Amino acid sequence: MSTLHTVNKSPFSTQSLLSCLNHAKDGDTILMIEDGVYGAAKGTGLGDALAARGGAVSLCVLASDMEARGLEASRLIDGVTPVDYAGFVEMVVNNDRTQSWL
Amino acid sequence: MSETVKKFFYVNRKAPYGTIFAQEALEVVLIGAAFDQDVSLGFLDDGVYQLVKGQDTKDLGVKNFSPTFRALGDYDVTKLFVEKESLDERGLSADDLDEIMYEDEDDDWAEKPSIRIVSRAEMADIMADQDVVLSF
Repeated sequence: MSTLHTVNKSPFSTQSLLSCLNHAKDGDTILMIEDGVYGAAKGTGLGDALAARGGAVSLCVLASDMEARGLEASRLIDGVTPVDYAGFVEMVVNNDRTQSWL
Repeated sequence: MSETVKKFFYVNRKAPYGTIFAQEALEVVLIGAAFDQDVSLGFLDDGVYQLVKGQDTKDLGVKNFSPTFRALGDYDVTKLFVEKESLDERGLSADDLDEIMYEDEDDDWAEKPSIRIVSRAEMADIMADQDVVLSF
């Protein structure tokens, strides 16, 4: 039983990503979309919080939203995987539930 | 209608009047309650502000919907989980929240509190135990 969590707000304007990290269970997936992709960049104040859960929770980012914002794959935190829309759909299907952190 | 009862969980993470999220969530809960599902609500982050007592919106000209939470028991919505860490971070305690009671039909209609204070870890467990999660 696993959950796909989506986060669509910048972690620098809301607590959504942190709250998501605090509630995600081992084996869950967190997908950063829309302005949420800013949370996947390395060198920010959030690196430690993500790294702390990075092993147990799978971290992904929607590639189209990265590209739209000029966030290049080379700037992603280690262990964050870019996915395309088809990958997003696959994640929804492969998890028992989806929870949006608005 | 299907006989299958699913577990529906409504996640409330927004304060009551700055955006429409909180009021819309309550509307959806009331609609969903008509379908005889296993419904519960979670209040975390700024969502805990929705349950603070003493709300008075008359100067704002908008509806104070906090009393509506007290009607949920009549729709068999009797599980309002409130995260303790979210209260603590905001300098709040259970005493600062509205008293929301329901009558337990399985216990001679005894009045019982709908609000249950849970830890962050317990909230995570509750979320992971749902069929459907609706976020506001």
